[in-house]
Amino acid sequence: MPIPGDARDVLTADEISRALRRIGHEILERNKGADDLVLLGIPSRGVPLARRLAAAIASVEGGEVPVGELDITLHRDDLRRGPVRAAHRSRIPASGIDDRVVVLVDDVLYSGRTIRAALDALSELGRPRAVRLAVLVDRGHRELPIRADHVGKNLPTSRDERVHVRLTETDGLDVVRISGGEAR
Amino acid sequence: MTRHLISSADLGRADVEAILETAGSMHDLQRREVKKVPTLRGRTVINFFFEDSTRTRSSFEIAGKWMSADTINLSGKGSSTSKGESLRDTAMTVDAMAVDALVMRHPASGAAHQVAQWVRCSVINAGDGTHEHPTQALLDAYTLRSRLGDLDGKHVAIVGDLTHSRVFRSNVITLKKLGARVTVVAPPTLMPSGIGAWSAADDFATSWELDPVLAGEHEHGPVDAVMMLRVQRERMSGGYFPTAREYTVGYGLTRDRLETLVARNPEVLVLHPGPMNRGLEIAPEAADSPQSVVLDQVSAGVAVRMAVLYHLLAGDDGAPSGPPSPATLAGATTTNEGAVR
Repeated sequence: MPIPGDARDVLTADEISRALRRIGHEILERNKGADDLVLLGIPSRGVPLARRLAAAIASVEGGEVPVGELDITLHRDDLRRGPVRAAHRSRIPASGIDDRVVVLVDDVLYSGRTIRAALDALSELGRPRAVRLAVLVDRGHRELPIRADHVGKNLPTSRDERVHVRLTETDGLDVVRISGGEAR
Repeated sequence: MTRHLISSADLGRADVEAILETAGSMHDLQRREVKKVPTLRGRTVINFFFEDSTRTRSSFEIAGKWMSADTINLSGKGSSTSKGESLRDTAMTVDAMAVDALVMRHPASGAAHQVAQWVRCSVINAGDGTHEHPTQALLDAYTLRSRLGDLDGKHVAIVGDLTHSRVFRSNVITLKKLGARVTVVAPPTLMPSGIGAWSAADDFATSWELDPVLAGEHEHGPVDAVMMLRVQRERMSGGYFPTAREYTVGYGLTRDRLETLVARNPEVLVLHPGPMNRGLEIAPEAADSPQSVVLDQVSAGVAVRMAVLYHLLAGDDGAPSGPPSPATLAGATTTNEGAVR
């Protein structure tokens, strides 16, 4: 889907890269190393972000952090509000998530409902020791008591604005743009 | 996708692909400790079976329960139809209880289609007479795809009592949609009338002889999978073939035929929709062989029926789904958070 013409950049490719490196460091510091970490990306763009975070962590710490995908479609609370979405497979690393520290990774944190669904989906897959949340952009307007542990950029928005995250893996370029609302 | 699933022809290729993709996600659920998702919480599904069934009814029931729907089983024998109530009144009575879906098995061809005209809820055809059994075809396609990958160009032979088989009709439609080549094999007495025109229109092959097809000498060449159909003794009023022994000699997947088949292609798959008449259309050696995916079919049955219930009931309060709204599309392609609201 094209980004509207009035969109303006809020994160460039370099800034996205720096934000992910910083989040990688924060995760390591909070976890006191990479032991028992599992990164689970929420499709679609959370998955490449999780992979990039794993690479950032590996470049600091060495070793490999397991990365998976957590499809939340079957746990959404808005299924009756639109056309049916195909559910995809969740891919959990072979090591599982029991007693691990799971970091959920998504591109934008908004109402919090996606993360609520992700927590439900996660609880059916096992019992992590702790669950943390890393997002590239936090745009506010929470509807549930959920907050991110690691944020690339806090981006105050109005509800009528749209945040467009584009990543090389899914869209061919790295950029975060905002469109709609009144120019600020 | 349509509101009802009466015939395999109701589904476009994209619908079939979406259901099979979702079924993959559902299949994962079967391997988990907690086999339940909240997706259809608050929905009610009635399994109304006017004919005996083990796997179809129980798999629909399990599918509904694992999706958190409330599922209720009714049978023709224990319902008011045995007191003489018409099918129309029975269907409308059930529908008036505000159920969301009616899964229906009926001995009359066209019964599910007819009921769909009378009710507000979704109707899923779980087998109507000798007409269709669309979810069986979907689970067969799922089983084949999970072993063979993309079905484009793959050759599937469907063998047996075609005249009385609803499985074969739905399978031909679904397999053709996915790009497979299909050959149907039956003795002349069990080959449906008018199949010549159908096979010409839908581009599938027919044969009165099994061995040339299994030998790869027929028009579609070597087979990737053989689907044996049940000889439906309950629908046989006699005269279709001289003796069971003669049927087995001509059309059964015997041990010798299996050995020849495996010698040509060790990866060949053997399917059967069940229940099997061991020793009649399929030898025990073939049913229990490494090539047999009969139990995979049963296991896929639950996943596929979950996917069908999901696609018919999850969106838009059961209303027929149109093209996605621009807002939904924007949300889906920008942020998960935007889409969930």
